Amino acid sequence: MLFYGYEAQIIDGTWMTVKLSLLSLLLAIVFGLLGALCKLSPQPLLRRLAQGYSTLIRSVPDLVLMLLLFYSLQIALNQLTDALALAQIDIDPFSAGVVTIGFIYGAYFTETFRAAFLAVPRGQLEAAAAYGMGRLLTFRRVLFPQMMRFALPGLGNNWQVLIKASALVSIIGLADIVKVTQDAGRSTMALFEFSFLAAFIYLAITTVSSLLLHRLERRYNLGVKEGRL
Amino acid sequence: MIEILQQYWLAYLWSDGQRLSGLGMTLLLLLATIGIGFPLSVLLAVARVSARRRLRVPVYLYTYFFRGTPLYIQLLIIYSGVYSLQLVQQQPDLNQFFQDGFNCALLAFVLNTSAYTTEILAGAIRSIPHGEIEAAEAFGMSRWAMYRHIILPAALRRALPNYSNEVILILHATPIAFTATVPELLKVARDVNSATYASFEAFGTAALIYAAVSFLIVWIFRRLERRWLAFLHTGSH
Repeated sequence: MLFYGYEAQIIDGTWMTVKLSLLSLLLAIVFGLLGALCKLSPQPLLRRLAQGYSTLIRSVPDLVLMLLLFYSLQIALNQLTDALALAQIDIDPFSAGVVTIGFIYGAYFTETFRAAFLAVPRGQLEAAAAYGMGRLLTFRRVLFPQMMRFALPGLGNNWQVLIKASALVSIIGLADIVKVTQDAGRSTMALFEFSFLAAFIYLAITTVSSLLLHRLERRYNLGVKEGRL
Repeated sequence: MIEILQQYWLAYLWSDGQRLSGLGMTLLLLLATIGIGFPLSVLLAVARVSARRRLRVPVYLYTYFFRGTPLYIQLLIIYSGVYSLQLVQQQPDLNQFFQDGFNCALLAFVLNTSAYTTEILAGAIRSIPHGEIEAAEAFGMSRWAMYRHIILPAALRRALPNYSNEVILILHATPIAFTATVPELLKVARDVNSATYASFEAFGTAALIYAAVSFLIVWIFRRLERRWLAFLHTGSH
């Protein structure tokens, strides 16, 4: 037996990591888009709020924020349910993981999207206005598709960092790749082999992601002529 | 909040009564990682851009593995994985080295940051205008002299902005060392949390200290860049 009969657990753990990373990515993109729009808004209050969010979150280690949010969210929720005389609601580690990773990486995505929005030439927006497009239509048809082209390389980098950060959720008790392989390694006395297995699963995920991202970038760069040296 | 600070400020900053802890330990890890990792990365970067496959390919495989896997797993491989091997436990020297969480964390951090820094420096070496290298060749410089006087000084300066990001990433990676029982800042925060149940204050204090150090690093690098990258801005103002 290659994995000492732990195949099922390892597949479950891998699926857990992939699911958690993808959901966190989705949430981080939402936070990032909101943050970028706030940062570029004419409202000084929104701008300052988004600035504070992206600066503060990016200056603190993700693991520290993860523990801070994980414990504090539960305590805040307990106080809320106590005040409303409701039964205690326990946050499950999976939602806590998704929310904290999404919130943290949203700050990095804010910067990526902000730079990408700014990279879209002004003339494009003026042309849209000249055609009589409304703000929403301009965003959907003109600004967003062009912004994505500039955002993709940064998005890809952030995604690679996010997947690797997801290895930390085992510390808050989730049965991801890391926890599953460590448990298996401990009970079979083969910690070294199982830790390497975890590393290679991650390596496979990051390799596949970078191949996919490369194809996506080609797709969004359709019709763009690149200078050749 | 104030009570926690009054009781634990020394542990957060410097000492838990017996040994270095908190910020002091975090900074020790950070500086030791940079001090060993940076010179190593310069050597590896030169190998990474070498024309010889025998030098280039192994370094590429090394950076590919360490940049493609999470640091936490690398630390687990070194801290619990390597130590579980019979081979290591039977060698007294190896046994002693891998028994200590600090050694394992430092080894993992150095290997991890060197992989990223090697790629940063290799990129900077490749971005040197080829005219500079041709000029050095025309002067009859040897390979060694070229690296020492032309390539490395230019590449290390150009790599500075990217390297400052990497240093912040190392700082942000240091809390992972608590899983190897190193008493750094996050370990102190966790101990305070389990002693007082004041999670927000316990972790919030650590978060603020980390943020302050991050800002300090950004400030130091901005000054270094102004000094060493001045040659890139000639004529811009």
